[in-house]
Amino acid sequence: MKLKVIAFIAVMLCVIIVSCQSEAEQEYKRYYGSGTLVYKAKCQNCHGEKGEGLSNLIPPLTDTAYLKKNKAQLACFVKYGIKETITTINGKAYEGAMPANVDMPAIDIAEVLTYIGNSFGNKMGTITVDEVNADLEKCK
Amino acid sequence: MKKFAGLILIILAFAACKFNDADKPRLPIMGNRDAVTKTVNGKQVTDTVYQTIPDFKFVNQYGDSITQKSLKGDIYVADFFFTTCPSICPIMHRNMLTVYNEFKNVPDFKIISHTIDPKHDSVAVMKKYADKLGITGNSWWLLQGNKEQTYDLGQKNYLVAIKQDDGTPGGYVHQGWFVLVDKQKRIRGYYDGTDEKQVAKMIGDIKILRAEVNTEIAQ
Repeated sequence: MKLKVIAFIAVMLCVIIVSCQSEAEQEYKRYYGSGTLVYKAKCQNCHGEKGEGLSNLIPPLTDTAYLKKNKAQLACFVKYGIKETITTINGKAYEGAMPANVDMPAIDIAEVLTYIGNSFGNKMGTITVDEVNADLEKCK
Repeated sequence: MKKFAGLILIILAFAACKFNDADKPRLPIMGNRDAVTKTVNGKQVTDTVYQTIPDFKFVNQYGDSITQKSLKGDIYVADFFFTTCPSICPIMHRNMLTVYNEFKNVPDFKIISHTIDPKHDSVAVMKKYADKLGITGNSWWLLQGNKEQTYDLGQKNYLVAIKQDDGTPGGYVHQGWFVLVDKQKRIRGYYDGTDEKQVAKMIGDIKILRAEVNTEIAQ
């Protein structure tokens, strides 16, 4: 009898904890978790496990101000790459190109941007698939 | 009885030291090998001839000619890459940078990275790449030269696969092997250059190899 009561309380506690997390929070966790995998597969070789980049060859992903300022273009960068150009990151000039990922679905782009946008010292919140789709339509 | 135990302990400790001495780690000799039988002082002697890396001629990032002679008396690590490589090269050279920093002040160690895209990777491009990577001096050479010679050397001598394939990102198929070569130009180890743990093992093996060669010279 006692055991049943304890089990019941435990289950109730779980339900309360889960439902206390807002839907937005759960969405963020889903995006961030999947984004980790996309990052590992598509970004990490060059940008590094901690988003540190590689010497002066590959820029780090730690420039929070740059990411904020170019937020609407990030999806375009991931999907269509960056052509030979000079980009200033953390006050340092990087020149070169970034390869495109034309086959990457919008949801993967949203997930990986949510991961990058909330790792390596960045705090941008969830970047949703709707935002990504809207941004992709405006790619130059 | 106590004395006896003490004596045994001393003998054991001594034996352990001796044993350790004989059990010094040694790296295997890799690659193809041949048995050659020759006559020495009227006796038939069979000797193992190990595969060695043949002579080559390339140009480094400073525009200097580099041949096997330039590596005389050196242990070295060779790899194959190209500067515009989007896949495994950045992580290989991120890891190689650790190796470079560990040994850059060691006189008998070098790193040579062969470009498999010499058409794009001119001496000027390689110099720029080296500068951006942050390497200076002569402990890491980026070598550029005849494409066929580079591919031959990779496939037949270092035994790693390289292939041009316009269907893959960047246009080339290649593996991320770091090949460790000793002062006698024999292959002593293969390490996956994209794997941090294997590269750490290589750093340890380079130290073993340097010690091994030095004792051989002393004898």
